[in-house]
Amino acid sequence: MGISIILIIITALLFPGIVTFAKTKIVGRKGPKIIQPIYDLFKLFKKRNVYSQTSGIIFQIAPIIYFATVFLAAFFIPIGNYKAIISFNGDFVLFAYLLGFGRFMMILAAMDTGSGFEGMGANREAFYSLLAEPAFFIIFSSVALMTGHTSFYDIFNNLHIETALSYFVAALSIYILFWVSMVENSRMPVDDPKTHLELTMVHEVMVLDHSGFELALIQLAGGLKFAIFGTLIYNFILPIQNNFLANLILFPIVILIYALLVAVSESYKARNKMQKNAQWIITLSAISIVVFLSVLIITEKIIF
Amino acid sequence: MNNLCKIKNNNSISLNSIPVYKYSDFFSKVVDLMGDDNKHIVNYFAIPDKNIFRFIALIADDSNSDIIILSHILEENDKKELAALTPKINALHIFEREIFENYGINFIGHPWLKPVRFPKNRYNKELQINDYPFYKINSSELHEVGVGPIHAGIIEPGHFRFICNGEDVLHLEIQLGWQHRGIEKLMLEKKQLLQRTILSESIAGDTSVGHSLAFAQVMETLAQIEVSEQLKIERSLALELERIAIHVGDISALCTDVAYNLGANIFGILRTGIINFTQSWCGNRLGKSMIRVGGINLPFTEKLKISLLDTIAKFEFQFLELAHHTYRLPSVENRFDNIGTVSENQIRKIGAVGMAARMANVKRDIRQSHPFAGFFKYPIEPVVLPKGDVFSRFLLRRKEIKSSIAWIKNMFEKENFDTPSEKPKTSISLMPQMFAVSLTEGWRGEICHCAVTDQNGEICFYKIKDPSMHNWKALELSLRNLEISDFPINNKSYNLSYCGFDL
Repeated sequence: MGISIILIIITALLFPGIVTFAKTKIVGRKGPKIIQPIYDLFKLFKKRNVYSQTSGIIFQIAPIIYFATVFLAAFFIPIGNYKAIISFNGDFVLFAYLLGFGRFMMILAAMDTGSGFEGMGANREAFYSLLAEPAFFIIFSSVALMTGHTSFYDIFNNLHIETALSYFVAALSIYILFWVSMVENSRMPVDDPKTHLELTMVHEVMVLDHSGFELALIQLAGGLKFAIFGTLIYNFILPIQNNFLANLILFPIVILIYALLVAVSESYKARNKMQKNAQWIITLSAISIVVFLSVLIITEKIIF
Repeated sequence: MNNLCKIKNNNSISLNSIPVYKYSDFFSKVVDLMGDDNKHIVNYFAIPDKNIFRFIALIADDSNSDIIILSHILEENDKKELAALTPKINALHIFEREIFENYGINFIGHPWLKPVRFPKNRYNKELQINDYPFYKINSSELHEVGVGPIHAGIIEPGHFRFICNGEDVLHLEIQLGWQHRGIEKLMLEKKQLLQRTILSESIAGDTSVGHSLAFAQVMETLAQIEVSEQLKIERSLALELERIAIHVGDISALCTDVAYNLGANIFGILRTGIINFTQSWCGNRLGKSMIRVGGINLPFTEKLKISLLDTIAKFEFQFLELAHHTYRLPSVENRFDNIGTVSENQIRKIGAVGMAARMANVKRDIRQSHPFAGFFKYPIEPVVLPKGDVFSRFLLRRKEIKSSIAWIKNMFEKENFDTPSEKPKTSISLMPQMFAVSLTEGWRGEICHCAVTDQNGEICFYKIKDPSMHNWKALELSLRNLEISDFPINNKSYNLSYCGFDL
């Protein structure tokens, strides 16, 4: 049971380093060590927090709640046939709203600083995550309908890919999950984690005021989110692996490919115009409706 | 019109032979002259002389390489009031503001008579930099966003005040002056030639060659030094190398701002090749210690020529390959195209110069219109683009790099550098009671240095104008009705100087 959470934590620690390393290699630079983000985390953990005079208690507790919700959400994710620590019918709804609640706290904290920038970032983050939510739900509702189960574990255990249409469903779901994970993590093309320009930031500007221990928690939560979505994608690709060793070998490979895809998608393309973001995210939801319709056909709810 | 006082670029004229008009005549003459599209304002300033103020306006005539000098005098007993020219000739707004700030001369009818840079010796010392009177719109639906003067990145200090309706910018006001160092005053206080040369190199760190060349040319015309043709060509070469290096750096920075990782890094690597060559020539990557009055300490040699040809060949190949890819990338085009458009009419009204003018179909290039240094022997045709948006400014850089490389290659075919150029002068004596002007085309645009000498041949007034002085207004206009998140790419696409403006 515990194997999934252990793998997720290891992935969370290594993932940001792998992406950064791959990005620097793509453009022909030397690049930092893969475990550099872990050093950074330790460095931040040792530092003290600095609070602005205008901020209150919400600003101080928000990062802890944010981390806690993301960490708790990780307990819902199974790997292969290893059941998640927490698993019940309809758990994916709670999973989605745990992430949502964490984000809500971060938005409150950003508003709490009273800075014009942070309000702007919070406004954007709220808007984009609102738009990305339907895509996630439509995908999981569709596969729930297809399998007739409503918990992550049961869904993935019963996701038999047999017909051409179900290949189609799996491929599209992975595509959408990939981009939803990018939106969720405020990465390209919606946001640029590397930018130094306050006016174009979304997530980064919200955490500008956080420091020390709390900043480390926020960064760790970012890694955890990637690990969670990576694991979900892994489950979609290889629904059932009964063999413990097969899981242990295949999981890192899939995560590595996922990290490389993130790096590639961030290297060869410029980010979206801010105005275009909304449209781009809604497109994801639109594609997920195609998945939904395909599932209706597979389950013979619609008959041509 | 023929009786106007005209001089050529890099020339001096006796101060007393500049005709002084009555202000009403001066006013109508400026309005008349500026009605012509071929003329643009170069500089307008006041020289405090005992108890009078001598005003000098310089208007460049692009059609026949003349610089027209107009002058009027405000006597001691006169009221410190003049009718503002700005409502008729918008391009003068910043110069009238500057005169108002420095000497307290009130320009009646000026719509925007605000402080410029809060110099230490300003007229009204009561007004502090924090009290800058920002434009305000009273509405409960609008909000203001203030950025700076301290920024998250490594850019210079400047304050930007946006009035926004949601994500859209209605109005942007830029307040500068945070970096004021009193360069013009230091130019007078530091008596040694070398001190002044080094000061001129640090007016704007990214335009060392452009500014120090303008300074050297002013000194040479005042001291009647005629430098060799070879030295002139070497100076032009330094200027073009600076242009290539900064342009390619800006292309890289623009890619960074839209998070195009590949372009951001590779263009940055390419810039290094060029500035490393500059270092191997003069010992400084930014071209400091290159330009000296009357000569050069480290002359260009045949060996350097071979090395530069090699550097350029490598650079050009890689640059063209990546540019070919970058400028056609849909996501990059989408990000830059039709963003921050400024019309030709607006550019003419605000009197923008250099790149900011050429990207909006206004052909203003001192290298062609008022040639200096090596541009007599090897002329260069300016690149002009019609549209005036961020993509034009992005594209202009690529085209200017190509044209500079072509200029260097063409020049290298005909020139040889077997004999080294002359050594610089260590001390010079200047002609008394003279007024000298030098214009150069730095990578940003037209740089103007003016100097006045007293009866002992000492410099008693020095005036510097960086192209940013005109061009900051273009950035303000670009932002109208644009999303606030597009500000950074607009700012970077102009890449104006803060310290060049603040002096």
